[in-house]
Amino acid sequence: MVLGALGKRYRDGEVIIRQGEPGDCMYVVQAGQVEVVQHTEQGEQHLAYLQAGDFFGEMAVFERQVRSATVRAAGEAKVLKVDKKTLLRRIKEDPLLAVNLLQTMSHRIRELDGQLAKHEERAR
Amino acid sequence: MNRHSQQTVADAFSSLAGNKSDDLSLSDGSRVAVVGGGPAGSFFAFFLLKMAQAIDLELEVDIYDPRSFSRCGPAGCNHCGGIVSESLVQILAAEGINLPPEVVQRGIESYVIHMDVGSVAIESPAGEQRIAALYRGNGPREGGDAPWDSFDGYLQGMATERGARVLRKLITAMEWRDGRPWLQFADRSQDRYDLVAVASGVNSNLLKMLADLPAEFQPPRTTRTYICEFKAGEDGVQNILGNAVHVFLLAIPRLEFAAIIPKGEFATVVMVGEDLDQELVHEFLNDPVVRGCFPTDAVPCVCSCSPLINMGARKRPYADRVVLVGDCGVTRLYKDGIGAAYRTAKAAASTAVFMGVSEEAFRKNFWPACRAIATDNAIGRVMFASTGTLKRFRFLRRVIHRMTAREQAQPGRRPHMSSMMWNMFTGSAPYTDICRGAMHPGFIGNFAANLALGAWPASQRREVS
Repeated sequence: MVLGALGKRYRDGEVIIRQGEPGDCMYVVQAGQVEVVQHTEQGEQHLAYLQAGDFFGEMAVFERQVRSATVRAAGEAKVLKVDKKTLLRRIKEDPLLAVNLLQTMSHRIRELDGQLAKHEERAR
Repeated sequence: MNRHSQQTVADAFSSLAGNKSDDLSLSDGSRVAVVGGGPAGSFFAFFLLKMAQAIDLELEVDIYDPRSFSRCGPAGCNHCGGIVSESLVQILAAEGINLPPEVVQRGIESYVIHMDVGSVAIESPAGEQRIAALYRGNGPREGGDAPWDSFDGYLQGMATERGARVLRKLITAMEWRDGRPWLQFADRSQDRYDLVAVASGVNSNLLKMLADLPAEFQPPRTTRTYICEFKAGEDGVQNILGNAVHVFLLAIPRLEFAAIIPKGEFATVVMVGEDLDQELVHEFLNDPVVRGCFPTDAVPCVCSCSPLINMGARKRPYADRVVLVGDCGVTRLYKDGIGAAYRTAKAAASTAVFMGVSEEAFRKNFWPACRAIATDNAIGRVMFASTGTLKRFRFLRRVIHRMTAREQAQPGRRPHMSSMMWNMFTGSAPYTDICRGAMHPGFIGNFAANLALGAWPASQRREVS
C-alpha cells in the first residue's frame, strides 16, 4: 500500500459499509479494491468489484434510506469518505458537480438494465 | 510591454463600445488562451474542455506557462505551502479527480497547535487522512531523482488529456484588435484568441501586463510569506513530525501564524505575517517552542523563498473576452488557495461554455463565486484579528489549550474549540462557519467557564478538590 494515498486504510475483508445500516456519506476508493455484496434470502450475492476512482454509498447522500449493500475491502484498500453536508453544500453552489455523480449512476442503471434483460431472456 | 498596448488592455477592461465584437460566445473552433499553468489555469482548461465536450462544442485551448513542473527547485516550483484542504479533497473526489499516491507526499491526520503554554493535538474529526500535503512543483532543491509527481503537473496532465496544449512560450504583451485579445510572445510572434483566461497568480511578471488599469481592475493587495524546506529524511520527518501539521501560535510581533508541514523526506516551514523579513524568520526559527518541536538548527534548510500572497480581491476580475481566475483575481485569506482556484476556475469555465464570454455573462455567473469568497474573507479577517488578541494574552492561550486538550481527551464532548481551531488552520470550512461556531452558546459558555477556571488560582482548586 502506498504511503501517499488518502482516506482510511481497511484490511482485507474489513467491512466499510453494512447493508441495512443508515448512512450519511459516500465513499471513493483511493487505492486497492473493494467488493460490493448483497445479502438476500438466497444468501450473499456478489455484485461488483470497485477499483481506485470508483465511488459507492452515494444513494445515502441523496435519499434517507439505509445502505442497500455491504461493501468490504478485497485485499488492503484505502477509501476516502465524502461527507453528505460538504457534498450537498457544494452542489448547491455548483450544480454541475452533480453531473459527474449522475453519469456514474446512469451508467449503473444501464448495466442493471442489461443484467435484467439477460435474466428475463434466461427465464424464458 | 509598451504604453500603447497597456492602454488597449485597459480599454478592453473598460468594455469600450468600440472594442466589443458582435458575438460574445464560444462556438466550434473558438480559441481560448490560458495564461499560467498552475492549478487555476489547469482547472479552468480542464473544466472548459470537459463541459464543451459534453455539449459537442469543439474548442482549441492553449495553456501558456514557461515553467516545467518536472524540474526540482525554484524553476519548477509554484511557491506554496502545498496543502489541499479536507473539503477540497472530498469535492475533487466527487468530481472524479482523485489525487494519486505519487502526488500526495503525506496524508495528514492531525494538527498540533503549539503555544508557549503547551502543545495540543487535534485529531481529524473524520478519523482518516483527508488532507493532502504535496509539492506544487517537483520538490525542493536536492530532491534528486524524486519518486513523486508534482501536483501542478498532475492537473496540467488532466487538462492535456482533455485536449489542451501546453506551450512553453513567454508572453510579453496582450493587445486588443478587432474586438479580440491578441497575445504577443518573446519570439515576436503573436496569436489571436476568442477568450483569454489569466491564471498567473500574484508572483508573475505577467500581471504587469494589466498595470495602469482603472481602479476597479487594480490587482489585489499582497503580502509576503516565507517558505523553507528542511531536509530531514523520510524517517526523520516521520519521527519528528508524524502525519501532523504543526501550527505555531506564538506571541511574536508581526507573525500571524506559522506551520511546519511534513512531506516525504522534507518538512516545509511556512510563515505568514506582516512585513516578513529575515529578522522575523530568525526569531521564529530560534524560538524555544519551535526548536522543541523541530530541530531547525540541526536540519539543513535546502530551499527557501518569499512569495507574495493575495490579501484581497480584485474588484472586477473580468471583462469582455477576458477573465482572471485563482490568486490573481480572488482567493481565500491565508488558506485553501487551491480550493479558491478550483471554485473560480470552474465558475469561469461554466460561464464561458454555457453563458458566453461577455463582461455581462461573467458578472452574472462568475462574479458571484468570487464575491462569496471575498465576503467570507472579510469575516476571516475578524477571526484572525481575534486570534491575534488571543496570542497577546497568556491567560487566553491557556484557555485555548485547556479547552482543546479536554475535548480531545474526551471524544464524547462537543468539540467547540477543537472544531474552531481545526477549521481555522486547515481551511476546511468557510470563515463564516467558524464565526458561527464561535457565536454558539455552548462555545461561549465553555469559554467563559474555562476563563473563570483560569482566574481561580490552582492552589485553591486543589484545596477544594
